[in-house]
Amino acid sequence: MKIRKYISAALCTAMVLGLAACTSSGETAKETQPQTQAVTESVKDTQAPSNDTQAPDSASGDISGTIVITGSTSVEKILNDMKDEFQAMNPDVDIQYTGSGSSAGIKDTMNKVNNIGASSRELKDEEMVDGMKTEVFAYDGIAVIVNPANEAVKDITPEQLADIYSGKVTNWKEVGGDDAEIFVVSREASSGTRSAFEELIGLEDAGGLTANAATSEGNGPVQAAVAENENAIGYVSFSFIDDTVKPLTVSGVEPTAENAKSGTYTLSRPFLFCYFEDTVTDAGKAFLDFALTQEAQEIVTTHGGITVTE
Amino acid sequence: MDNMQRNKKRDIAEKIVEAIFLICALVSVVSVAAIIVFVFYKGLKPFFGSDAYSFFDFILGTRWAPSEDTYGIFFMIVASVLSTAGAILVGVPAGLLAAVFIAQVAPKSLIRIIKPAVELLAGIPSVLYGAFGLGIIVPLIKKISPKVQGQSMLAVIIVLTIMILPTIVSLSESALNAVPKSYEEASYGLGATHMQTIFHVIIPAAKSGILSAAVLGIGRAIGETMAVMMIAGNPTAGLPDSIWAMVRPLTTNIAMEMGYASGKQSEMLFATGVILFVFIMIVNLTLIRLTKKAGEK
Repeated sequence: MKIRKYISAALCTAMVLGLAACTSSGETAKETQPQTQAVTESVKDTQAPSNDTQAPDSASGDISGTIVITGSTSVEKILNDMKDEFQAMNPDVDIQYTGSGSSAGIKDTMNKVNNIGASSRELKDEEMVDGMKTEVFAYDGIAVIVNPANEAVKDITPEQLADIYSGKVTNWKEVGGDDAEIFVVSREASSGTRSAFEELIGLEDAGGLTANAATSEGNGPVQAAVAENENAIGYVSFSFIDDTVKPLTVSGVEPTAENAKSGTYTLSRPFLFCYFEDTVTDAGKAFLDFALTQEAQEIVTTHGGITVTE
Repeated sequence: MDNMQRNKKRDIAEKIVEAIFLICALVSVVSVAAIIVFVFYKGLKPFFGSDAYSFFDFILGTRWAPSEDTYGIFFMIVASVLSTAGAILVGVPAGLLAAVFIAQVAPKSLIRIIKPAVELLAGIPSVLYGAFGLGIIVPLIKKISPKVQGQSMLAVIIVLTIMILPTIVSLSESALNAVPKSYEEASYGLGATHMQTIFHVIIPAAKSGILSAAVLGIGRAIGETMAVMMIAGNPTAGLPDSIWAMVRPLTTNIAMEMGYASGKQSEMLFATGVILFVFIMIVNLTLIRLTKKAGEK
């Protein structure tokens, strides 16, 4: 009996000690890691010239420095993924992105306090100061969808959309449809698609989103809600158009990638970087190049954007 | 000497084991404390300082529009309370009667089907309840609703009722089974029928257990998020005017927006969490008191 107790007690203490040892060794490992890393880095640095032939990818590893990007919050998801990808390839580069809005980002570039400004709209004339360059790296298109059973309505204007989403128009017959109440489906307040949609149709001036609108937490749920209700209207990224819903033409223009790029489709906008040659830095320039590579463009597609190459 | 030393060693061993138990017990206490501190710290911040948001505007407002710096959650409080009340009003009687059936009336062969079914119901993930609600209940409601959509408080109440049933049934059933056999026999001895015995003797005797089943039911209903989010409609403003109206309970407000919210909006979502927390505390404390009273009787 006693022996058993001793054994169990011993086991328990061993466990506790083991746990403690685990954590402490983990901590020390963590603490020492940066040091060793620093050491290996300095070793790499000193060895780098002699090692050139051995490592072909060290060319991209040469880039170092901090890239400060400020601007549009709509591009946040795409940019964060691009940032991770780029930093993985160039460990010495530190990209700092602050989402402060397109106008603020462009202003920062004009004042030369960032390396790259990000914007989710075309630059205004007064913003296109001498020497500023822009690079469009993606397009964003928003499709207006209704239920396929809604045959009467085929086209809609941004003004009508503003009326519907602000609650001024509540019946389909007022926009050329059957006599039926409109079920308005919108997105949650932190959605980039929602802020883009509301901006593009000028919803704020029309009085803001109606209290009768349902909100769904993503493109998929909006699509599902519209597919399930014949009187519904919703908006989604282009990639969410399928057989279960019917996309409307906006002012007569089909929601296609080409029309979004050419700008004829109203509910679209470019995602672009703006910069000056003298403030962009080599690292920044490399990032701008990276944003147009296939790898980076795939990130654009993942987040429902339209690629520039497509 | 030898004996004393051994005792000392044994004492140390005992102390160590006790310490391990204490650490295990502390995990939940520390977690609760950490969550409370974190949520309250983050959630109360927006109401203090230079650009403080009025707490009364927050708690009495009926419009949630972060882009306009408007954060009112009164309509969400109403939605949460009414949906939960609806689910409890339907779910508790239904669950209790089901429990009576299992504990007292049903033949063994039926119990073998009903009990596993109830237990299985408890194990279904809430996202599937939501999918079921969106696929079946919402379209059905749309057919009979005077409104244009099926997403409604009624849909929420129906799904929440189904979700709290297993809790109510299994807890009520064990409460009913815990009533001493002698009560039942005494009732029969006085000439009461089976039903009279159930409603006048067994259920009153099991009252405290049934009430605690209701507490847990309320807890689950008011805290349910995923399933509710899919079927509630989640409008951004307005008090629900009927069971056909869309609602936006407190939980879905947090879940929908927390992912990408930052700054003030994020703090306001934590503030919503504080209100939810306070609600659950009030409900729990009230009902704990109730069950205590019932137990004393």
